[in-house]
Amino acid sequence: MEIGGIIAYLVSLIIMAGIYAVFTLGLNIQWGYTGLFNIGIAGFFCIGAYTSALITTPMPSGIYAHYVHQIFGLNLPFIFGIIGAAAVCGLIAFFIGIPTLKLREDYLAIATIGIAETIRLIFNNERWLANGPRGLMGLPQPLQNLIAARNYNYLYLVIVLLILVIVYLAIERGIRSPWGRVLRAIREDEVSAAMSGKDIFYFKTQSLIWGSMVMGIGGALYAHYTKAISPDVFTPLYGTFIIWVMLMVGGSGNNKGAILGAFVVWGIWTGTKFVIDLLPTTLKARAFYIRFFLIGILLEFILIHRPQGLLGEEKKISKMMD
Amino acid sequence: MAELFVYGIVLGSIIALGSIGLTLVFGILRFANFAHGDLMTAGAYVALFLVTRLFNWFGIPDNNFGRLSFGWRMVFAFPISMMAIATLAIILDRLLYRPLRRKKSPSVILSMAALGASFIIQMTVLILWGADSLFYKPGILRPAIMLPLGIKIRPDQIFIVLVVFLSITVLHLFLKHTRMGKAMRATADNPELARVTGIDTNRIILLTWGIGGAMAAMGGILYGIDVQLHPGMGWGFLLPLFAATILGGIGNMYGALIGALVMGVVQQLSTAYLLPTYKPAVAFIIMILILLIRPQGIFGGRL
Repeated sequence: MEIGGIIAYLVSLIIMAGIYAVFTLGLNIQWGYTGLFNIGIAGFFCIGAYTSALITTPMPSGIYAHYVHQIFGLNLPFIFGIIGAAAVCGLIAFFIGIPTLKLREDYLAIATIGIAETIRLIFNNERWLANGPRGLMGLPQPLQNLIAARNYNYLYLVIVLLILVIVYLAIERGIRSPWGRVLRAIREDEVSAAMSGKDIFYFKTQSLIWGSMVMGIGGALYAHYTKAISPDVFTPLYGTFIIWVMLMVGGSGNNKGAILGAFVVWGIWTGTKFVIDLLPTTLKARAFYIRFFLIGILLEFILIHRPQGLLGEEKKISKMMD
Repeated sequence: MAELFVYGIVLGSIIALGSIGLTLVFGILRFANFAHGDLMTAGAYVALFLVTRLFNWFGIPDNNFGRLSFGWRMVFAFPISMMAIATLAIILDRLLYRPLRRKKSPSVILSMAALGASFIIQMTVLILWGADSLFYKPGILRPAIMLPLGIKIRPDQIFIVLVVFLSITVLHLFLKHTRMGKAMRATADNPELARVTGIDTNRIILLTWGIGGAMAAMGGILYGIDVQLHPGMGWGFLLPLFAATILGGIGNMYGALIGALVMGVVQQLSTAYLLPTYKPAVAFIIMILILLIRPQGIFGGRL
C-alpha cells in the first residue's frame, strides 16, 4: 500500500473511532457518572441516524418515490439533523426513564434492550417510515461542495473531531458543576443523596436524557459518514456491546478514558482484521465472529482484573479544590 | 384464535423452561442473567451436534417415533445436552461470576459480565455452525392432527407441552420435598439467614446454575424441534423471558411459569393483528406495562 492509501485508511479509522468516542462520552454520563445501566445504545444509535437522515434528505420525488418511501424529508442542513437527532433521542430516553428509573438498576437494562430491539424491528418492518430493510441511501454530507469527493474524508474528520471536542468540553463542565456532583453522589449512595434532599428520580432522568442526546449526535455523525443506513447496522453487537467494551477498557467515570477506550478498542478491532488475514481460508469466512469473540473475552478480563479500566476515575473534580 | 391460543401454550411452555431458571438465578444470585437465553441456544446446538454428527458415527438409528419428528437419537441427546449446559453454566459461574462475587462487585457488574458471556456464547455458536437457520431434520413433512374447534396441532407440539409440564412437576417435587430443594428455597428467601442456619450456599449456587442450565438446554432443544435453530434464538427469547420473570415476581418459580404461559399466549395472539416479527416487541410492551402498574409482579416476588 502506498503512503496515500495508508493515510486515507488512518483517516477513516480515526473518523470511526471519533464517532464511537461520542457514544462512549454519552454512555459515560449515564454509567460512568450516574450508574445507569443502559444496554440499548443501539436503539439511540439507530434513532439518531434515521432522524438526521430524514431531516437532511429531500422527500423522494419522481421515479424515486416508487422505490424509496420515507415518512418525511425536510432537506435541511446537517446542523438541523444533529439537533433533531439529539432531541428525538432525549424524548425517547425521557419515556424510558418514567417506568424504570424508580426501580432497581437491572430494570433499566432490560427496558433499554427492549427499546433497542423494538426500534430495530419497527425500522425493519415499516416501509412507509424509512424504507424498511433497504434503508436510506445517498445521505448528504455537510459542506460537500467545498472539497473534491475523494478528499472529503479529511473535512469530515475535522467535523467529527470538532463535535467530539465540543461534547467533551460540555460534559466536563457539567460534571464538575454541583449538578455533576449530585450525579456521582447518586451513583455512590442513593440513600444518602436522597437524604441530602436531592430528587434522585429527577437527576437520574436528566442523566439518561443528556447521555441519550449525545448518543443521538453520534448516530447522526455515523449516518452522514457512511451516507447509507439500514436497520441491520444497528445490532446489539456493533451498536451496544462494542461501545460498552470501549468505555470499560478506557475507564468509566473518566471522559478522557472514554475517548481513549474508543480509540484503543476500535484500533484493536480494525487491527485484528489484518491478523485474521493470515488464517486459513476456511476460518476466514467466520473471522468476524472470532474477532467479536475476542472482544467479549477482553470485556470479561477487564471486569475481573481491571474494573477501573486503563485510566480510572479522576479524583479532582472541582476547580475550586486545587 | 383458539388455534393461536394453543400455539401460545406451546410457546409459553418453552419460555417457562427458560424463565424458571432465570427467576431462580435472579432470586438466589441476585443479578439479571442476560446470558440465560444463550444457554438455550447452546443447548439446542449441542443437541444438533449429537443428533446429526456424533450419534451418526455411533450408528444409532435415525427413525422417528410414530408421528413425531424425532427418534432415539433425540432421546439420548436431551440428557447429554442438558448435562453439558448445566456444566457450562457452572463453569461460567466459576470463571466469571464467582470471582466478581468475591470482589464484592455490584450486581450490575455481574449483569454486564453476563452480557459479555451472552455474546461469547453467540459468537462461539456462529464460529462453529455459521449464521444460517438449521433444523434437526431438514425437509421433514410435519403432519398436523385436527382437534375440535378447527385447531391444527403437530404431534411434536403435544409432546413439548407434556415434557415441559412433567419436568416442572419434577422440579416442584424436588423443591418442596427434598432437603436440597428446601435449602434452595430458603436461600432464595434470605441468603444471609440461610448461611447462618448452616446451609452451604456455595452448593446451592452450583445447584441453581445446574438446574437453570439444564432447563434452558431443554427449552432450546424443544424450540429447535418446534421451529428451527438459529444463533440469535436465545437473544430473541431474552425479552419474553424477562417479561415472564417480572410478571410472575422475581424469584417466584410458579409466577415465572404463569408469566411464561401468559407471554406465550399474548405473543401468539398478537400475530393475528401484527407481523410475527413483532413478537419480542409485544413482550417488551407488556413488560413496560407491568413495570408501570405492578413492578413487584402479580404474585409478588422480592425486588
